[in-house]
Amino acid sequence: MKDLAERGRFGDYGGLFVPESLVAACREVEGAFREARSDPGFRERLETLLALHVGRPTPLTPAPRLSAELGVTLLLKREDLTHTGSHKINNVLGQALLATRMGRTRLIAETGAGMHGVAVATGAALLGLRATVFMGERDVERQALNVFRMRMLGAEVVTVGAGSRTLKDATSEAMRHWVSATEEAYYCVGSVVGPTPYPWMVREFQRVIGDEARGQCAGALASAVPDYVVACVGGGSNAAGTFAGFVDTAARLVGVEAEGGAGASRGRLGVLHGFRSLFLQDEHGQITEAHSIAAGLDYPGVGPEHAYLRDLGRARYVTVSDEEVVGAAVRLARTEGIVPALESAHAIAWVIRAAVAGELPPGATVLITLSGRGDKDMSTLKELV
Amino acid sequence: MSLERRLRDRGRKLLMPYVTGGITDDWTGYLRSFAAAGADAIELGLPFSDPTLDGATIQEASDAALARGATAHGILAEIDGLGLDVPLVASTYYNLVLRDGTSAFCAALRQAGIAGLIVPDLPLEEAGELAEAAAATGIDLVLLASPSTPSPRLYEIARRSRGFVYAVSRMGTTGERAALAESAGALAERIKQVGDLPVLLGFGISTPEQAVEAARRADGVVVGAAIMRRILDGAGPDDVGTYVTALRRALDQESDERR
Repeated sequence: MKDLAERGRFGDYGGLFVPESLVAACREVEGAFREARSDPGFRERLETLLALHVGRPTPLTPAPRLSAELGVTLLLKREDLTHTGSHKINNVLGQALLATRMGRTRLIAETGAGMHGVAVATGAALLGLRATVFMGERDVERQALNVFRMRMLGAEVVTVGAGSRTLKDATSEAMRHWVSATEEAYYCVGSVVGPTPYPWMVREFQRVIGDEARGQCAGALASAVPDYVVACVGGGSNAAGTFAGFVDTAARLVGVEAEGGAGASRGRLGVLHGFRSLFLQDEHGQITEAHSIAAGLDYPGVGPEHAYLRDLGRARYVTVSDEEVVGAAVRLARTEGIVPALESAHAIAWVIRAAVAGELPPGATVLITLSGRGDKDMSTLKELV
Repeated sequence: MSLERRLRDRGRKLLMPYVTGGITDDWTGYLRSFAAAGADAIELGLPFSDPTLDGATIQEASDAALARGATAHGILAEIDGLGLDVPLVASTYYNLVLRDGTSAFCAALRQAGIAGLIVPDLPLEEAGELAEAAAATGIDLVLLASPSTPSPRLYEIARRSRGFVYAVSRMGTTGERAALAESAGALAERIKQVGDLPVLLGFGISTPEQAVEAARRADGVVVGAAIMRRILDGAGPDDVGTYVTALRRALDQESDERR
């Protein structure tokens, strides 16, 4: 299948819906990325950072006790074991290297749960860049620990009090800030969203998850390829990276959204933050607020590639409730000794539900990407468990 | 008559004040006061929940209008039949256009008597579908140019824009500033070199002095945040009309002196 992403389009989705003032900046990022990805020196530097700083490859861990309870074979792709504790770092190091290559001295980013922000603060410190991270006021309260981590790493955290005071508004504010700073700053988008080339570029930087998992599954499974590949979806970067490794196989791809933030499942065609995709909106075209127990999934839209995979029928998008998510987090903790991020627990929750409902045939092999670890969610969970 | 023709026929430096539709119960009063104060066109903002090119003032105005229950169609219904003799140019983000579909949206604008449309998050490469629908409906789709726009692209914008070219004076969002950006005049001149349409400078023009300075190198100015700041602070149509009159006089005096 020809990779449509290179042209900045995924069927009807994607595109470059930015103010004229940002067109030149987006084009410059695109040109730099095209050059960098075909430069062996760039790839080698990134691979070295991913190996020595991030700790890649991450393991593929069997989950024997939970598997036995559910009557299926679960394999966990352990992005929670990366340095900084989530898959976000894969993308950030790629983009931070690109920023230095482009002569930029500062990274701008939005963050929801704070994991992308922490990764950006980390990548900036590592490469000697400054970092400015925009975060919704509500998330600053929910994720105080990550705010402190970012500041500890030397990043400036800007609290956004507008709108729903979550990821959507942090993203708008980061874009506004970028317009006034394109000469010195690089906008490091955290998910497979935004104007072209970001959805394509971020997926390319995250496909290391799927590529590694593909190889690891070949060693771990008699069938070489799992029956199901499951990942949580907010904007959808860990899912996009995971799916990229399996899109050309027979594996069933499942993206799991938060019930209150289900852009792919319940969104309608629209344009926000530079791209055309599916967004939660009211009958008048106003974007509505997403609500989820996982701050990282509080986004009213979904990356354009997911909208496209959905239309093609190549991937399927489902939702789970906050209650199911908390239950799944506790269950994984107590059967496998792994406390997942609440975002990642969405993927676990759907697998549990589908196995119990008999939707997964007995003995089915299921790869789940565990996008991050749950340390950041302790204060939320403390109230509920 | 086309928007371009109507603007040219004014034969003076152009003044286009902005108001967020639905900002108050009697918001159409602002349209009347702008017209009476000598506006050559009026930019009517259809509020969107996530205005990514707008600074704090227009964001606050959009939120306030939406909180009052304002909708694009409600606003259009309110201007229908007002009988203003000044052309109205709607401005909104592309999501609202897509909500109806490009053709239906343009038809609704036309029905309400709107002459032009500005969509700040729709650059040249994405504008094709809407440009076609607008042309078919008789709506002039105004394109924006920015200080970062390279010259060949500027030529393309000047060629494909209708009504006028909206020159974004500086790299930044909408909002009042202490001084007009240095990039403003240079951009206006670059656009005038590559095309014939009137060039209106906007973003950060809030005082009569800034308006005069901007109009020296452009055909006119757009004033938005400075007006919305006054409205958010409680100024009614008469008060805001006084301010627009001051802008008008400053622009006219400058023209007289240069004659």
